[in-house]
This record gives sequence, structure tokens and C-alpha cells, in this order.
Amino acid sequence: MRILPKDGVSIWQVWLESAGKWGAQMTNGGPRNRRTVLHADALDLMMPMHVHLSDAGHITGYGPTILKVAGGMSLIGQNFFQVFEMRRPADVLTMSDLVANLGQRLNLSMRDRPGAEFRGLAMPDAGAGVLLNMSFGIDLVAAVRTHALTDADFAPTDLTVEMLYLVEAKHAVLDEFKRLNSRLEGARSEAEEQALTDTLTGLRNRRALDIVLAAACAGSQEFALMHVDLDHFKAVNDSFGHAAGDGVLREVARVLRTETRLGDTVARVGGDEFVILLPKMIEKFRLVQVAERIIARLGQPILFEGVTCHIGASIGMTISTGYTRRDADRMFADADQAMYAAKRAGRAQAQVFGQ
Amino acid sequence: MHGLINRSMERFLHETYGLAAWRQIVDRSGLPFDSFEPLLMYDSALTDAVIAAAVVVLERPGDALMEDMGTYLVSHRSGERLRRLLRFGGVGFRDFLHSLEELPARASLALPDLKLPRIRLVDLGGGEFTLSMAAPFPGAGYVLMGLLRAMADDYGSLVFLEMTGQRTAGDVIHIQLLDEDFAEGRRFDLAGLA
Repeated sequence: MRILPKDGVSIWQVWLESAGKWGAQMTNGGPRNRRTVLHADALDLMMPMHVHLSDAGHITGYGPTILKVAGGMSLIGQNFFQVFEMRRPADVLTMSDLVANLGQRLNLSMRDRPGAEFRGLAMPDAGAGVLLNMSFGIDLVAAVRTHALTDADFAPTDLTVEMLYLVEAKHAVLDEFKRLNSRLEGARSEAEEQALTDTLTGLRNRRALDIVLAAACAGSQEFALMHVDLDHFKAVNDSFGHAAGDGVLREVARVLRTETRLGDTVARVGGDEFVILLPKMIEKFRLVQVAERIIARLGQPILFEGVTCHIGASIGMTISTGYTRRDADRMFADADQAMYAAKRAGRAQAQVFGQ
Repeated sequence: MHGLINRSMERFLHETYGLAAWRQIVDRSGLPFDSFEPLLMYDSALTDAVIAAAVVVLERPGDALMEDMGTYLVSHRSGERLRRLLRFGGVGFRDFLHSLEELPARASLALPDLKLPRIRLVDLGGGEFTLSMAAPFPGAGYVLMGLLRAMADDYGSLVFLEMTGQRTAGDVIHIQLLDEDFAEGRRFDLAGLA
């Protein structure tokens, strides 16, 4: 099928006859034979990225921005299909292929010019030629950078520069968000670092205990240190899962709080290890009483969401009156050692260090 | 008030007059923190309090301080982003002046909750213009004037600027564009920052 016009017939007429719905509508409404003749200068200003083709497919004119993208090399007289490659539709290789795609969106690129990707629209001119107007595709920031384009390379009606503005404004806002995020992250980890509470049980944490113990060692008041270690806790975790384990730890915390005085410091210092600092508690028998009450309470089965968990507790203690020079690490280690002695003695026992 | 405006003010005061001065301003204005977050919103009373405190602490007239801030915002190296965003407004200073009417719309394209006051430009002919703006805080017109001064340098244009009216209706700046291409101006690449 020959689509290219014969002498004296414009592509417009051929296009109107062969085109689909649009052409039909136009002819139904009376042929639109209104012609506008534009000077090349006007075309250059209004469409700085146009290419004008002869019916044989030779480039007869182009806008100044196309010249810039081509690297300043003249394209006049060259075969359009050798300078440009049609990407979509893919099979547009000749002038009659192009004419068959008039009025359609085209994707094309300039051969051997990286960063020269365009979308285009081709329509017949008033004679036998074709006018192809183009704009950059989505990668326009790269195109503008590669070809060092300026405002003057775009028509004043074109929003390309506004798009570049938006891209840059978006980067600025994103950078600001990144900075905000890292400040918040810093504040969060600082807060975590400074936290004194064990989030699972609501008891004091190791850090809080260290502070209280150091203050107690430095102070003049006597005190006792009690190390509570759960027995069989690993079995609860293994048989009923971590949720049950967490439930048991919360219950243990509740017991420790109720069995101690308001001024005592109850801390969870490890997975299933608790330390209690009891100010003014220096009589051994009273201390052992407290420990035995705790052991008795923790020896009771704990019900968690329908399952019964059995644990127990071994307790080691030390009293500040036994030291000439109080040292937090030393007292901590001594309470620990007493606790292991209690475990060796058959669990569910309370032992005071040095006794 | 948008945190971006408060933060810009903070950056100007802190970098120009030093940390000690900024701390004094924070104390005097009764700010409950020592730094604004640019992406949060703040009570406008805080902005007014910072300006009032800065005037006392720095012993500088408010108008001059605000004008310096406007200049700082685009001419200081940390203002490169803003300078570039403003340069998108036009190829020359005259274009740029006209683009100021679009400034609130441009700003909210980038940050929808950043509400800049409406700016009106009247071209009186012969290179003379008036620019009017409803000031969102006292001295805001002077910030705009300082910014115009710095942008004129950026474009390489010679201008004469004068505050002709600070009324309840808004601040009015009279602009005389003496020579649009007076000097080289600073370079502006459309796709400059990666």
C-alpha cells in the first residue's frame, strides 16, 4: 500500500482519508482546510525541539535545541532514520511507516547520542512533508545536564523548567527529612541509653541498679543486696514459648514488688536474674525471712493463658556490715556466689554470703 | 509558623553571631528548646519572641537585622539550595521579579503546608516596580528586601531598593532596576545539583 502522496496531493489529504475515527470526525464536520503558514523562526521559538522532514525522509529543518543535542552538527539533508531510532512503535523504519503513525505518541532516540531520548508527535505539514515535535522523556534531568541546556532551550510555555525546579525542591525536602530522621534516631538511642526501666517488667534495669548500688556504697547507710535467680525458667520458654516466658517474668516482677518495701530497689539485671537492694536491712534473720517468702511465692505454679508454668527461685544475699570497704562489684559478686551456693544446695534455697 | 522559616532565622542568628549569642536569644525569648525543626509547625508567637529577643541581645535595629537575614538566606553557602530554587524563577532579574508572584504556589508545590504570603508586583514602567506583601511577622518585608538585594547580585543586576511603606495592608518595596546586565552574575545550571 502506498501512503506517500502523489504529486499535488498533500499528506494531510492522504492522512484524513486513511486515518481512523479522528479523521472521519473531521471530514464529517466538513474538511478542515484551514492552513497556518509559520515562519521557521516562529517554529524555532514555539517548538525548539522540532524536526522537519521531506516526503523522502530527509531532514529539511530542526529547532535550535535539537541542534544542541546533536552536538552542534548540521543534520540538514541527512536521512531521518539514520539520525534517529524509533523505539515505539518499533517497526517504523521508513517514511511510509512514519506516515502510518501520524498523530500517535512516538518514543525515539538520537543514535550515538547518549541521554537523547525523546517522546514525539508527527503530523503532516501543509505540503508533502512531516513535522515532528519532540520533548525529553522522564530522564529529562540527565538530558538537561548532558547537553548543558538552559531556559532559552525550552519554549516559555513548556513546563520543563518547572519540572526541574520540582525535582530539586523534592531533593531538598528529602534531604531535610533524612536529617530529621537521623536526629530522631540519635535522640531515640540516647533516650534508650538513659532509660532506667526494664521495658518488659517495669522494674529498674541493670543501669539503674548500678547507679543505686554505687550511691549506697558511697553512702553511710547499711544495706543488703539480694540476688534472685529463677530455676527452670528455660524449660518454660522451651515448652510454652517466649510469650509464656515473658508472662512469667512479669508475674515474678509483681511478686518481687509486693514482697519488698517501697524504698527497696528491685531490678531485672539479666534474662531471668533479679537483684534487690534493701536499705537498712541488716538483720540476717529478717533478710532470710524476706527471701524465703519470695521463694515460697515463686514456688507456686503460675498460670499464663491457660498453661501452668512451674518455676522456682534460688537466692544469694550479702549485707554491707560485713565489709570494711564497700565495693559495688565485690558485693555484687558475693551475692552472686551465695546464689550459686543456694543452687548447689538443691535450689529453692536462700544463702547469705559468708555464713 | 512553618519550622523552615524559624529554622532559617535560627541558622542566620547562630552562624552570623555565634552559638553564645544564639543561646542568649533562646533564653531571652523563653523558647522551650534550643533548635527549631524545619519540618514541624510552631506557634507564630515563638517567631515574634525570637525576633524581639535578637534585637535586644544583638543591639541591632530589627529592620536591619531582618534585611541581613534575607541577604544571608541566599548568599551564604548554606543557602545554595534556596538560591537555586529562586533562580528557577527567571532567566533575568526582571523575570525573577515577576516570578515572585508565583512564589507562594512554588513553595507549596515543594512543601504543601508552607504558606508564604501573597506577593504582588506592579510594573510602573521605566524599570520601576513596587512589590507588596502582607507581612506574616514584623520585619518580613525587610527579609524580602535583603533577599532581593542578594538575588540582584546573583543575576548581576544593578538595583535600587527602598521600603516605602509598612502598613497594615502590607510592606511595600519600591524597586528601581537601573541595569539588568550590570555585572557577570553567578552561574546557574538548570540541572546543577545531583
